[in-house]
Amino acid sequence: MKPVIGLEVHIELKTKSKMFCGCSADYFGKKPNTHTCPVCLGLPGTLPVPNKTAIKWCVMLGMALNCNIPLFSKFDRKNYFYPDLPKGYQISQYDKPFAINGYIDLNSQISNSKSQINSKFKNKNSKRIRIRRVHMEEDTGKLTHGSVSGENVTLIDFNRSGVPLVEIVTEPDFDNAGDVKDYLQKLQQIVRYLGISNADMEKGDMRLEPNISVLKLKSQNPKVKTELPDYKVEVKNINSFRFVEKAIEFEIKRQSEILKKDETPAQETRGWNEAKQKTIMQRVKEESSDYRYFPEPDIPPIRWTRKDLENIKKQIPELPNSKKERFIKEYGLTGYDTQILIREKETADYFEGAVRAGSKDNIKPKTIANLIINKKINMEETLPSSLIKSIIKTSSYGKINTDKIIKAVGEVLNENPQAFKDYKDGKTQVLQFLVGNTIKKLKERVDPKIIVEVINKK
Amino acid sequence: MKIDVKHVAKLANLPLSGDEEEKFERQLASIIEYVEKLNETDVGNVEETSQITGLENVTREDHPKPSLSQDEALSNAKSKHNGLFKVKKVL
Amino acid sequence: MNYSAYTIQGLRESLKKKHFSSESVVKDCLREIEDNKNLNAFITVCEKEAVEKAKEADKKIKEGADLPLLGVPISIKDMYLTKGIRTTAASKVLDDYIPQYSATAVKKLENAGAIILGKTNCDAWAHGSSGENSDYGPTENPYLKDYVPGGSSSGSAVSVAANMCFASTGTDTGGSIRLPASFCNVVGLKPTYGRVSRYGVIAMASSLDSIGHFTRYVEESALILSITAGKDPYDGTTPNEKVEDYSSYFKKNIKGIRIGMPKEYFSKGLDKRIKEKIEKEVRYLESRGAKIEIISLPHTEYAIACYYIILPAEVSSNLARYDGIRYGSARQNFGDEAKRRIILGTYVLSSGYYDAYYKKAMKIRTLIKKDFDEAFKKVDVIIAPVSPTLPWKIGEKADDPLAMYLTDIYTVTANLAGIPGLSVPIGLVDGLPVGMQILGPHFSEGRLFQVGKAVEESGL
Repeated sequence: MKPVIGLEVHIELKTKSKMFCGCSADYFGKKPNTHTCPVCLGLPGTLPVPNKTAIKWCVMLGMALNCNIPLFSKFDRKNYFYPDLPKGYQISQYDKPFAINGYIDLNSQISNSKSQINSKFKNKNSKRIRIRRVHMEEDTGKLTHGSVSGENVTLIDFNRSGVPLVEIVTEPDFDNAGDVKDYLQKLQQIVRYLGISNADMEKGDMRLEPNISVLKLKSQNPKVKTELPDYKVEVKNINSFRFVEKAIEFEIKRQSEILKKDETPAQETRGWNEAKQKTIMQRVKEESSDYRYFPEPDIPPIRWTRKDLENIKKQIPELPNSKKERFIKEYGLTGYDTQILIREKETADYFEGAVRAGSKDNIKPKTIANLIINKKINMEETLPSSLIKSIIKTSSYGKINTDKIIKAVGEVLNENPQAFKDYKDGKTQVLQFLVGNTIKKLKERVDPKIIVEVINKK
Repeated sequence: MKIDVKHVAKLANLPLSGDEEEKFERQLASIIEYVEKLNETDVGNVEETSQITGLENVTREDHPKPSLSQDEALSNAKSKHNGLFKVKKVL
Repeated sequence: MNYSAYTIQGLRESLKKKHFSSESVVKDCLREIEDNKNLNAFITVCEKEAVEKAKEADKKIKEGADLPLLGVPISIKDMYLTKGIRTTAASKVLDDYIPQYSATAVKKLENAGAIILGKTNCDAWAHGSSGENSDYGPTENPYLKDYVPGGSSSGSAVSVAANMCFASTGTDTGGSIRLPASFCNVVGLKPTYGRVSRYGVIAMASSLDSIGHFTRYVEESALILSITAGKDPYDGTTPNEKVEDYSSYFKKNIKGIRIGMPKEYFSKGLDKRIKEKIEKEVRYLESRGAKIEIISLPHTEYAIACYYIILPAEVSSNLARYDGIRYGSARQNFGDEAKRRIILGTYVLSSGYYDAYYKKAMKIRTLIKKDFDEAFKKVDVIIAPVSPTLPWKIGEKADDPLAMYLTDIYTVTANLAGIPGLSVPIGLVDGLPVGMQILGPHFSEGRLFQVGKAVEESGL
């Protein structure tokens, strides 16, 4: 039994305005139907004009996912009816999306602590997940179901209607839930690094729909080409990372049991029910809904020049994989430590800021890394330079050989007898001079307090 | 070529009476027959025209603009509740 | 209308000189509308608002303001959204819809000082060539009782023809301005696709809809276009193309202008009397120095089939938003023609049929456009009939939708190619008006006005 899983992920972009109109895209938690305009409400006579930044960010994401960016792209209408879709069609992309044929490499799920720590060496067990396409579309309104005056109703808020969405579709290259989680974490990390979305599953700006099938293998020989299964089940409503693995594992189990009975699981859409911890049938999935795609006549196509794409590429910040390799090389950190430091771009940037601040005092990057990883540093309240200061205060001065200090102090006092006399006579400002000279002699950072102690003893 | 009016009307979210289904099936049959004229021509390798303007790359800057007020947005709705549009419950 | 002797420009002059007030003109027009109620040209008349606006205009005129249409009464086809003024698309589905915003073209006309008298009747959703498909009853031709005025911009054409106002806006997707203009003896302009913003005009077929207008004279048509034309940030299909000073074309001689007459448009099927009238007109133009040439537009015979695939496909998608949730009433309230087009359009786009119909039609469209591109290498403008027949009696073609579609044979090609067309009156046959259209390359409206003015001067 081989699970065959493909993923569709939707990322809501955090642009200032919506995809096809100027309404603010910052709709979360706002009073209903206060972020709408004729365009995103689908009033008669309206026309869409695409958001330049949203398109750029979609291409950036495609590039970050190693995609090919075709020079010609267009929008299409996806026609279907649902109360949350005001125009009766969604503007999306059908056959000429912004990005195609990319990939994300996962590290192997085989638990191998050695391979995690020694990731200076290329992980031979990394798995490649192919990305079929990355395209742009618009979000729908939000439905809530309830009861008003005894009647069962659906209530609609169009604040979300028209917010830019990027859809990332993979080939069905997954065969286990763990890899899916790994992929999602990597994707989320890349999206956050690019600064194009908060990609928060709980808030709904990252949504996942796995398509899950299980293949009854005819042959155990992995080299024999197997066909794709003749059905697939779409699972919706997985709203948190916590439940991604659970939901997929449940579904694989459910389908395997049906197949064991020599039956074929129904092609359908199921919803993950967090309370019951199982998937429940929502509706039967028709072969493929007839969306009657045709090119969007209201939006002229997009044609890039190579220069346009180069300019966009330049705007991509260093991505996690590259940053990881560089950190290991440049700072001599372990793969494990690096993984933690780069998990969020803000942390990685903070770390490097601290390294720069500490460079003149020869503070080792590893020292800084350890501190950041092991102590809960409040990065917003502690500037990197302040962090360095505290390191200097509390670091291993004490470990310096006290004899060395005594010796150095002795030499300084011998070389500066007048200063020593002045200090003994009560001129405390001379102390700084004596301490400074001692430190110079030692050629190391020492806690001045210790030196003062030694001087005072003399 | 007969159109399966029932099926198409469902796709189009257009409820039709039995009489209407019959009437349209008849009327559209002659229209479909006429437009099939296009099959006479062999167009070969001609590009499709979906944009007669020849325009490309028409976009707008990501600058937010004022929205309608809630009242304006809801002003023509026949059914509403607490600032939301209301419909019979959907699946 | 007591002021029917005035052109728009003449009216503006007199208003400026305070020979009379805009209020008196507006009141006069409103009386005319009332007296001609039987023509059923209007769905909504804004009596109070119009008089108010007229008083405001008079005030502004007194203060010395000089906007190009200040104080001039116009009407608006009920496909254009007018903020706060009921807009129905002549369909029961939108019977009580009060728009929350105005179309760009409407705003431009209002900013130029025009006074909106009301919303004119049309074929519901602009689906029709006769004016008979309105859910508010058919509009009548002012020239002959019980005859169609042409559609879909029926009320607009009639409101100008019957002197109820000085200009009216329309839409032309397959001839819906040019046909009623020719049936009602007025000037109708279908501008280049994208010349005038479609924002705020209820969409019929997004890639074919052209936003134009009716006037009694060619120079007035040019004036209106100079106001409505231009790039609109709300409409991504409006090019950056500069809006010319169209009035400069009226000083030019038509000597040397090359006029093409497509043989496919003058073959059998065209009423001989119409053909004769056009030929007479062309001979006059020749006498003024124009050069006439017979040309060919070889893919003409596929135009209707091509159009009646692309059109319903886009219609079916554009009418999907009318689900009664945010505005309007249930979809059952669509009229027969709308339902037919929605079904036909959904069918041609549906799985298994897209390639055979829609995709093929898009290719034929390329060939039709190429026909015109080639022709315009040889000639500057093309002259053609607008309708193969004279206006018919109301009800005559009602039961045969296909027959109705076939009357669009000379007009749909311009929409498929996106080119502009000006319909100018060339006289009456048996008391019924006949029009002739002048077509040109993209953005050649100036040249069309130039030739159109010459035709006007022919006095034929």
